[in-house]
Amino acid sequence: MSIPISAYLIVSGILFAIGLFGLLMRRNVLLILLSIEIMLNAANLNLIAGSALHGQVDGQITAFFVMVIAAAEVTIGLAIAVLLFRKSNDVDSNDIRWLSG
Amino acid sequence: MNAILFYVFSGLAIVSALGVVFLSRPTRALLSLIVTMFSLAILFIFLGAYFVAMIHMIVYAGAVLVLFLFVIMFQGIGAKELPLKERFGLGSLILLGLAGISFLSALLFILTRYQTPPPAGISGSVELVGKTLFQNYLLPFELTSIILLLGVFAAVALAKKDAT
Repeated sequence: MSIPISAYLIVSGILFAIGLFGLLMRRNVLLILLSIEIMLNAANLNLIAGSALHGQVDGQITAFFVMVIAAAEVTIGLAIAVLLFRKSNDVDSNDIRWLSG
Repeated sequence: MNAILFYVFSGLAIVSALGVVFLSRPTRALLSLIVTMFSLAILFIFLGAYFVAMIHMIVYAGAVLVLFLFVIMFQGIGAKELPLKERFGLGSLILLGLAGISFLSALLFILTRYQTPPPAGISGSVELVGKTLFQNYLLPFELTSIILLLGVFAAVALAKKDAT
């Protein structure tokens, strides 16, 4: 028997919710970035499930583009985290008040 | 057989994603995320996205997470996370838990009511993905190269030692 596509959508939704709560709960900037990765991959699973549902390859191509964007985003985010760490020896997102203004 | 494998690997993905969110040491959270990535790659293979699954493993487990690991190791003692009780008061913790459970149950309610038709199925081989990518999506593909180039520029400009 084959798995219905809605099962994949449920897994994707649960993963997205977990990533969203990690994003809200974490204080370390690096772990916030990790939660964003979970959310992006949940979206990728959704896209690929849609691709299998309709028999079109376009969803997989979109997932491919999402991966490229995620790689670029991680590069810049980690560079910013390294800068923050160099400046204040800490990456707690509540301590970065001096950024304002 | 297929169904058992699906449940095993989607359960593994969800459990290790919970580990990413709740583990207190950054290195352990990162290794847990690697388990999530591998389980997701296996789910992609079930869905017929062979090329994307391989690229996913190479790009995420091979490049992105190693980069994360490098930065976390580089931080050394600074890479710590406060325990959950020190991050929030008890009231906001309960509120957050309630919001989470209600969000998740609403999501599951909507998704389980919706019955998808049987999947058409697709085999995302390198040939098919490559042909579509270079025929229908040529312009976006070229634009991603500009985005990657800008990412390299931004990383170098930000991480330079004497950036003033």
